[in-house]
Amino acid sequence: MSVIKTPNGYTLDNSGTRHVVDPVTRIEGHMRAEVNINSENIITNAVSSGTIWRGLEVILKGRDPRDAWAFVQRICGVCTGTHALTSVRSVENALGINIPENANSIRNIMQLSLQVHDHLVHFYHLHALDWVNPVNALKADPKATSALQQSVSPHHPNSSPGYFRDVQNRLKKFVESGQLGPFKNGYWTNPAYLLPPEADLMAVTHYLEALDFQKEIMKTRTIFGGKDTHPNWTVGGVPCPINMDGTGGVGGLNMVNLNQVKEILTQTKTFIDNVYIPDILAVGQFYKGWLYGGGLSSQNVMSYGDIPDKANDYSTENLMMPRGAIINGNLKEVHEIDLTDPEQIQEQVPHSWYKYPDGVKGLHPWDGITEPDFDVSTAKGSKHNIEELDENASYSWIKAPRWRGHAMEVGPLARYVIGYAKGDKEITDQLTYVLKTLDVPVTALFSTLGRTAARALEAQWAADKQIYFFDKLMANIKNGDSSTHGGEMWDPKDWPKEAKGVGFTEAPRGALAHWIKIKDTKIENYQCVVPTTWNGSPRDEAGNIGAFEASMMNTKVEVPHEPVEILRTLHSFDPCLACSTHVMTEEGEELITVTTGPIGS
Amino acid sequence: MAMVETFYDVMRRQGITRRSFLKFCGLTAAAMGLSPAYAGKIAHAMETKPRIPVLWLHGLECTCCSESFIRSAHPLAKDVILSMISLDYDDTIMAAAGHQAEAIIEETIEKYSGNYILACEGNPGLEQEHTGGMSCIIAGKPYTEQLRHAAKHAKAIISWGSCASWGCVQAASPNPTGATPIHKVPDLGNAPIIKVPGCPPIAEVMTAVITYILTFERLPSLDRQGRPKMFYSQRIHDKCYRRSHFDAGQFVEKWDDEAARKGYCLYKMGCKGPTTYNACSTIRWNGGLSFPIQAGHPCIGCSEDGFWDKGGFYNRLTSIHQFGVEENADEVGIAAATVVGGAVAVHAAVSALKRTQSKGDQE
Repeated sequence: MSVIKTPNGYTLDNSGTRHVVDPVTRIEGHMRAEVNINSENIITNAVSSGTIWRGLEVILKGRDPRDAWAFVQRICGVCTGTHALTSVRSVENALGINIPENANSIRNIMQLSLQVHDHLVHFYHLHALDWVNPVNALKADPKATSALQQSVSPHHPNSSPGYFRDVQNRLKKFVESGQLGPFKNGYWTNPAYLLPPEADLMAVTHYLEALDFQKEIMKTRTIFGGKDTHPNWTVGGVPCPINMDGTGGVGGLNMVNLNQVKEILTQTKTFIDNVYIPDILAVGQFYKGWLYGGGLSSQNVMSYGDIPDKANDYSTENLMMPRGAIINGNLKEVHEIDLTDPEQIQEQVPHSWYKYPDGVKGLHPWDGITEPDFDVSTAKGSKHNIEELDENASYSWIKAPRWRGHAMEVGPLARYVIGYAKGDKEITDQLTYVLKTLDVPVTALFSTLGRTAARALEAQWAADKQIYFFDKLMANIKNGDSSTHGGEMWDPKDWPKEAKGVGFTEAPRGALAHWIKIKDTKIENYQCVVPTTWNGSPRDEAGNIGAFEASMMNTKVEVPHEPVEILRTLHSFDPCLACSTHVMTEEGEELITVTTGPIGS
Repeated sequence: MAMVETFYDVMRRQGITRRSFLKFCGLTAAAMGLSPAYAGKIAHAMETKPRIPVLWLHGLECTCCSESFIRSAHPLAKDVILSMISLDYDDTIMAAAGHQAEAIIEETIEKYSGNYILACEGNPGLEQEHTGGMSCIIAGKPYTEQLRHAAKHAKAIISWGSCASWGCVQAASPNPTGATPIHKVPDLGNAPIIKVPGCPPIAEVMTAVITYILTFERLPSLDRQGRPKMFYSQRIHDKCYRRSHFDAGQFVEKWDDEAARKGYCLYKMGCKGPTTYNACSTIRWNGGLSFPIQAGHPCIGCSEDGFWDKGGFYNRLTSIHQFGVEENADEVGIAAATVVGGAVAVHAAVSALKRTQSKGDQE
């Protein structure tokens, strides 16, 4: 038993009962959480462990840099494409390649469509069951549910009592069949669920509607990239040519499939405005008293920024998603980030299942080393049957990245806090609207609910910006520019003997960057620091805990052996463990209200 | 005990009348060469049989197969989950976590031993020296344990995607985790394995494999490598809508050139369509909307064993035995520019000849 004060302000006390959650489900990849809970049911010590490692950085050595996007795209099939985009940017950065304006617009539409899709699917299919009780929905009055639906979202067409009765009947049959499928062994009698039956029925109905609709959102990527999941990308531009009125126009983007893109973008915006945002506000109304889970969000947040308005300009001013870092909760100062500065981002491994050469504490990713070294000799249990991890030793496949020595939270909530701190008008308007509607102070943002709300607002923002870039694409074509690939430096014969670069994006889960070194036209070193590496990081050399661990601290757990609250908070980051095994994640923010806010119509 | 929903219940709920249901049973009996008396037995079976339980396990993977699955246009993923199967374990979407989740595997094995489907997404890492066989840990134990346990009692195993079928990206050289495709994992029992490769597989192919098994109550016919013949017996190239440009020697030479805009053949850009067995050029993706070649990018061959280690994605295929003519693509292309008619005829004839020669190569 011990009590430890961490440099980042947490008191870790491991004297209470240890509870293990493994697997943490409804995430991408595999992860484990362990907590100590005291006699008052409060979490006093939190441990998060990434339990998957695939070694892609090792595999990339010696490959053609132009192929790297396809390998790293397979880091994650949920945030599909964002690693590919980060990769092609890293190669373009290394070789000084410029892409055409049209390619920038198309890439942005693809990246924004991922933001919308990922956030929507995350909320309904990975996160909602932490807030919504499908069994309780059976008790709902369909008429009252209809009235609720019409009050929170007057424009959504699926709102009649008969509609909700049909859904309820289908759900009833499903539950009565005794084969509960994905709902089996859920925590449906746990007092942590606070929604009335009608709100549960409305949300479960939208769980199904969203499952049907989400596949439409990604069709734009199928048009631009040929398939989804895992569309195609290319260094130097995009693979799809534009042929508006020439011979063989069906070989490229033409009026038919661009019309289809436009239609999908419009439908997407409507769905987010009429379903996702109102649901978040409805859920927020009932849970606004449950403001656990803020973790690092009120102290240290970071975003690299993304969505360049003009092509090839990755300066802070040209990025439509905010960039910067806030430390120690000082919102008055947003620090610039330099991904090439070896002093800023470093990865440590004292509590990870990797080893560095003797005497090396932290490494900048350009010089990063990924050498596995699994060891659980001090854990309880055995090597192939771990009962309790030992957080004083190595306990995770995730490294511990730090910005100037600080553990940081990344993701939608981080982006919204930074945008708010910088006075970004759209973000401030959205946040103000939500806070006002829910009648909560700004500090309510720093919570699990705040993270979940920020994600929804960002989906709304992204749905809007997709249309902006579609219009920009069409205007540019109208002005006579149909180029989608410049062909610059495609031939490795034109490359310098050595080059290095860094590419970055804001993945749905947070700040993502890839560092590449090229030598003799092959990859010499490739390192990815992903959102879940930041958020899910284990303790570092100095003893700082990471964002997941910080967010679980001091939370009250109603029924200790039913980990609803732990799942709720971890899910609010949208963990992506396949990524984090050298990657990371995060998100969030809060919502409110009944209509759709400043970006909504 | 709650009532167990049967196929009949499901069909009824989907709007099929009892009369139509009985007719369906009669036709099924006839199709199976049974006397009409068997129709009653079939009806009885369908009225009493529960939705088939599915355990969907995830090993070393990226979840792209699950993401693809939910994009299915017909049937919708929603209807597969609610009406066709009982998806009792799938850590990506299940409500339960920790020991409540793991208990479901035990319960399913106890209740449905020999009668559930094991769906595998991803694969186990068997490397011991550096990762201790623990590159994928579930409930404190190696994923391999969970996999073996579930496999031994399964009726059949579906290997979703290229990870489970071949190893895929984590098994690319030097395969640091010892990632091993499902059929090569030792001590897995004897359940038949259906490979549905692709990174990911096409959504509608995934749901078609499931509905085929449920509808016809048998596994689909498989080729020598264990893939459903209906989707994996022809090359992308065989049915590619740009094939005529290949035969005519009309090739894209570089990104966004005039030939690219006209939709010419991507062979010289590195297209692996000629050596890739998949349904992309026929079923296409996301509700039949498009496929990589249609969107201007060469096929990277993602449904083939070891496609990560077969030379770069933008390098032209050269050493393909059943496929010699394309080595002449440059010459033919040049010739076509001057002596169009003759070159096309020669090229097409050689292509046809090669097609004949390679017939049956896959089986």
